[in-house]
Amino acid sequence: MGPELDFEKPILELQGKISELKQFMDEKGIDLSDELNHLQERLAALEKETYGSMTPWERVRIARKLDRPTTLDYIPLLFTDFVECHGDRLYGDDPAIVAGIAKFHGYPVTIIGEQRGRDTKENIMRNFGSPHPEGYRKALRLMKQADKFHRPIITFIDTKGAFPGKTAEERGQSEAIARNLFEMSWLSVPVICVVIGEGASGGALAIGVGNQILMLENSWYSVISPEGAAALLWKDAGKAEEAAKTMKITGFDLKKLGIIDKLIPEVLGGAHHDPEKQAQLIDHAIIESLKELSRLSADQVRNQRLAKYRAVGNYDTVQEKQPNHSIFSYSSDGQ
Amino acid sequence: MKDFFTKKKKYATVPSAKARQDVPEGIVRKCPKCKKIMYVKELQKHLFVCQSCGYHYPIGAHDRAVMLFDQDSYVEFDKDMVSLNPLQFPNYMNKLESDRKKTKLNEAVWTGKGRIEGFECAVAIMDKGFRMGSMGSVVGEKITRMIEYADKNALPVLIFSASGGARMQEGVLSLMQMAKTSAALKAFSENAGLYISIMTHPTTGGVSASFASLGDYNFAEPGALIGFAGRRIIEQTIGEELPDDFQTAEFLLKHGQLDQVIPRSELRNVLRQVLSIHSEGGAEEWDRN
Repeated sequence: MGPELDFEKPILELQGKISELKQFMDEKGIDLSDELNHLQERLAALEKETYGSMTPWERVRIARKLDRPTTLDYIPLLFTDFVECHGDRLYGDDPAIVAGIAKFHGYPVTIIGEQRGRDTKENIMRNFGSPHPEGYRKALRLMKQADKFHRPIITFIDTKGAFPGKTAEERGQSEAIARNLFEMSWLSVPVICVVIGEGASGGALAIGVGNQILMLENSWYSVISPEGAAALLWKDAGKAEEAAKTMKITGFDLKKLGIIDKLIPEVLGGAHHDPEKQAQLIDHAIIESLKELSRLSADQVRNQRLAKYRAVGNYDTVQEKQPNHSIFSYSSDGQ
Repeated sequence: MKDFFTKKKKYATVPSAKARQDVPEGIVRKCPKCKKIMYVKELQKHLFVCQSCGYHYPIGAHDRAVMLFDQDSYVEFDKDMVSLNPLQFPNYMNKLESDRKKTKLNEAVWTGKGRIEGFECAVAIMDKGFRMGSMGSVVGEKITRMIEYADKNALPVLIFSASGGARMQEGVLSLMQMAKTSAALKAFSENAGLYISIMTHPTTGGVSASFASLGDYNFAEPGALIGFAGRRIIEQTIGEELPDDFQTAEFLLKHGQLDQVIPRSELRNVLRQVLSIHSEGGAEEWDRN
C-alpha cells in the first residue's frame, strides 16, 4: 500500500480502532462483538460516503498512486500467452510503452499500453510513463501488424503526457503523435482503448483513437494535466484542484460529454485495493465491447470509428439572414 | 537561465516612454530582430518581411489570404460558425467576443477556396491573434469541412498553421479535434488527395501534433517556432540549456522534419511548381506518348 491520502485518513483511523479492538478481544478473551459490529458498520458507511463522493481532484490523486495497477499488472490478469515485442525498427525501444501479442479468452489480440514505473528505479527506467517518438512508432508498427492479421487491438492509456524533452523534439514527437492519429483512424480492426490512470493530452490520444473508449472511475483524461491547466490559465500551478473540476476531466464528466463509451466501475477505494477484482471488471467491459464490435465488417469497423471522431465538437452555425451578414452581430453565447 | 528570461521579457514588454514615441503605432514598426524601423506600408509591400534582416513578421489570416491568392479569386467557407461553451468555462465567451472584435474574425481559422497561380485549392489559414490560434471545436470543424470539400471536389488542400495548440477552455473536446482533423486527412489521402502543410510562427502543441505534421509536403516559414512542448517546460524537464535555434523551422529542417524552409517571397513560386507537378498524370502518361 502506498501512503494514504488525506481524505482517506478517517477511514484508516477507524480501521486502526477496529484492529485494536480485535486484538484486545483476543488477548483478554472478552466478547465485545456488539461494539465491533457497530464499528464495522460505521466503517462501511464511512467508506461508502468517502469513496462514493470523491471530488475530481481526489480521483486524480488516486489515479496517481504509486501502487495503482499499471498495464504490466493487468496484462497477466487479463491475457494469456503474452509475447512482448520491442522496438520501432527506426531508432530504438521505448520502455514507456509496452506492446505485444496475446490471447484474450483464447482469441488473439494486440496489446499496447503506456507503462509507468511501480517504484523509483522502474520509473527512471520507464521515463515515468512519458513516451518518446519511438514509443509511438513502436505502437503504430504493432497496430499495423494487428490490422494485417485481423486482430483486435486493446490499448491501455496511462501517461502524464508525451515526453517534453530535447531528444523527443529532435526525433519528431509531433509527427509521431500526428501519424498515429492519422493511421489509427483508418484501421479495419476493432480498437478498444482503456484509460486506466492518467490520460494527458496528445500523449494519451496517440494510442487512443478507438472504436470504444473506456475509462476507470478513478482515472482522468484531458487536453492537459490539472497542474498544466492551472499554470496556463491562471498562472498558478497551485490551483490544480480547481482546474481538475473546471476542466471536466473525470470519466463521469467525459461520459456526460459523450466522449467516452463506458465508465468501468472501480473496487471501493480504488483499483489498488484489489487488482484481481479490478481486472475482472475491466475484463467484463472489454468482452462486452468486443462483442458489440464483432458484429461489424472491416469497413463498418473503420466507418464507425471515423464517424465517432467526425461527430465530436460543440459549435453553432447561424444561418445568414442577409448577404454580407456579419458575425459580430451574434450574441456572445452563440445562442 | 532564469535571469535570461526575466531580462528578455522586461526588455520586450516594457518599452520606455521615449521608445513608444519613437515607434508610433500603426505607421511604422520596429523589427524585433534587428531593431530596424520600417513604414508599415513599405513592410506590406514586402509581404511583412524585414528588408534588413529577413525577419518574417507573423501575419493575420486576412493579410495571408491577400498575398496568397490570385486577385479576387477566393471565397470563405463557414463564416458563420461560432464556439459554444461545452465545459461552461468561466469567462470563455467574453474572451471569444473580445477576440472577435480585435481580429475581425469569428474564430482562429479562416477556411475557403481560391486560386493560387491559377490552381484552385481548398485552404485553411490560422490566425494567432485569435486565442493564440488555438484549436477548439470550431477550428477543428472548419478545417475538417474544408478537407471534406476538397475531397469531394478533387482539390488540393493547403493549411497555414499558426497556433499555440489545443484550446484549454474546451478541454477534452479540443483534444479530440486533433483526431478529427487527422482522420479527415487520412480519408482524403486514401483518395489520393494532395495536402501541403505550411507551418508559420508559431506551430506548437496539439496543432503541430496533428494536421500540421501530416502534409505530403511539410514546409515552414523562416524562423517559425515549431514544436510539441514549450521551451520552458523542456528546460525545466531536462535542466539544461537548449541551443538558440531549438524548435525553429531551420532546426526542424536539420532534423529531417521538413521538406523545405521557404521565404514568404518565394512561397507562391514553390506552390506553383508543386501544384503544377501534381496537376499532371504520373507514370501512366509515359505509355501514351
